[in-house]
Amino acid sequence: MPTDTLTTPPRSSEVGSAMAGATAGATPRIRGLRCKNCQRLEALGPSYVCPACFGPLEVVYDYDVIRGRLDRATIAGRPPGIWRYLELLPVEARPARGLAVGSTPLVAADRLGPAIGIDRLWLKDDTRNPTLSFKDRVVAVATARAIEFGADTLACASTGNLAGATAAAAAAAGLRAFVFIPADLEQAKIDHALAYGATVVPVEGTYDDVNRLSMEVADELGWAFVNVTLRPFYAEGSKTLAFEIAESLGWRLPDAIVAPVASGSLFTKVARGIDELIAVGLVEAKPVKFVGGQAAGCAPVASAFAEGSDVVKPVRQPDTIVRSLAIGSPADGRYALELARRTAGSIESIPDEVTAAAIRTIAATEGVFSETAGGVTLAAAQAARESGVIDEEDEVVVLLTGNGLKTPDARTFGWPEGASGRRAQAGQPGLAPAIPPSLAAFERWLGA
Amino acid sequence: MSAVRIPTVLRPATGGQKQVQVAGDTVGEVLNGLASAYPSLAAQLLTPDGDINRFVNVYLNDTDVRHLDALATPVGERDTLLLLPAMAGGCACACCACCCCDPVSDTCACPERAPAG
Repeated sequence: MPTDTLTTPPRSSEVGSAMAGATAGATPRIRGLRCKNCQRLEALGPSYVCPACFGPLEVVYDYDVIRGRLDRATIAGRPPGIWRYLELLPVEARPARGLAVGSTPLVAADRLGPAIGIDRLWLKDDTRNPTLSFKDRVVAVATARAIEFGADTLACASTGNLAGATAAAAAAAGLRAFVFIPADLEQAKIDHALAYGATVVPVEGTYDDVNRLSMEVADELGWAFVNVTLRPFYAEGSKTLAFEIAESLGWRLPDAIVAPVASGSLFTKVARGIDELIAVGLVEAKPVKFVGGQAAGCAPVASAFAEGSDVVKPVRQPDTIVRSLAIGSPADGRYALELARRTAGSIESIPDEVTAAAIRTIAATEGVFSETAGGVTLAAAQAARESGVIDEEDEVVVLLTGNGLKTPDARTFGWPEGASGRRAQAGQPGLAPAIPPSLAAFERWLGA
Repeated sequence: MSAVRIPTVLRPATGGQKQVQVAGDTVGEVLNGLASAYPSLAAQLLTPDGDINRFVNVYLNDTDVRHLDALATPVGERDTLLLLPAMAGGCACACCACCCCDPVSDTCACPERAPAG
């Protein structure tokens, strides 16, 4: 896995000059922050709320300027990673220090696809990022911007993956890190953040409780919370998934993208990334269906989709093994709902047992071990195929956003207590009893 | 009188005060009392229909009042109301630059887009 740290500027003089060109020119490519509610334009700064109406802020670019500075050849000449697409990200320059994030494989799922009735299926394997999840993308962008704003401490509210990503990014950049987590989070995720030297703050309650406390801390102490005060910049990092998918496909778009929905930020930002690629002329325009997956035990957006409602009703007590998607009050839930409807996609609700089975299927057919969100996402693709939202001939990309080593117990969820086969079968959780260390014993075992 | 904690972005409206005391027996009465005492807060906190602005979260002793009885939730003398920005919010597009909006032309395909004018 790519855990190397970029401790020096870009690796060759050609690359260095190519990246320097990204910031050259008199006309700024970033116009500022715009309120998504009242349209008021704010100067670029560490703000996330419109002072006039309380609405959320979003980064605004000048696509005419970017179109003149970014083309396929320029991108091809740059090193792997998210900074290949610098002009479409809300930072002034490629950071001097940071983890090697992005340029993860797009795996042709030739064995898995036919098994679920999708002949042209791709897996975007984001389990391979430095801290084993897509959160490295958003954190890298937020961290780069935080340093440009002069911050010396990073913080986050996390369901787990973000904790490790923020802690590692802070360590690589030489910043302090505080991560706020629900106290009942999986121990592996807690250990992961602690390993990077972060201060972990366990909070009694759900993720939404953690989020509220973090917003109070951010408001009172002015800390750089990557997913609160830096949210307009942080969220932009998810667009790099769209950029990489298009580049991996030879600068064209798939027919459908299937993604997990927690806050709804990744889901909607991938769509924004697609729109921007079209806007700056890197790909031909075509319709792309967006299919989202949520865990049945915390499915506020999927419920609204199924009911035909425009209101995303918060889930107060999420009940699912899919901790990374257990956000009961999704900040961008309504935008995710609108996106699925506008693109003729869907938001699917997936029971935990189905998620666990999907994790096993992905691993056994394609050799990729995904965490629970990936199981939800594959199951969502399958559900959308069965309902006809995804057609048999559609080219489909499924996002696997986190590594299964983060949630190893999920693989066997739903299996009877103590169930184990005599032999470990592909895709099954059982482990055979130990045998004596002799060839005879092995032959007896093999033939039994 | 109940305590109401004011977030940084709204403090210019309260003369820089972090916490103010407001009378009222329900969340609705307290918020209306707050809007009366500091009129520039009214449009930020409440819709023209008197509901809580969708971009504002109101917590009664750390519980989101939308999980309680919203504006009808009873408030006691020793309770504290906390106002915080909602992280994002719904689209009541007019046009709102949401995910339905084309980033170049600023045209919006949102089904809830308000009629022109």
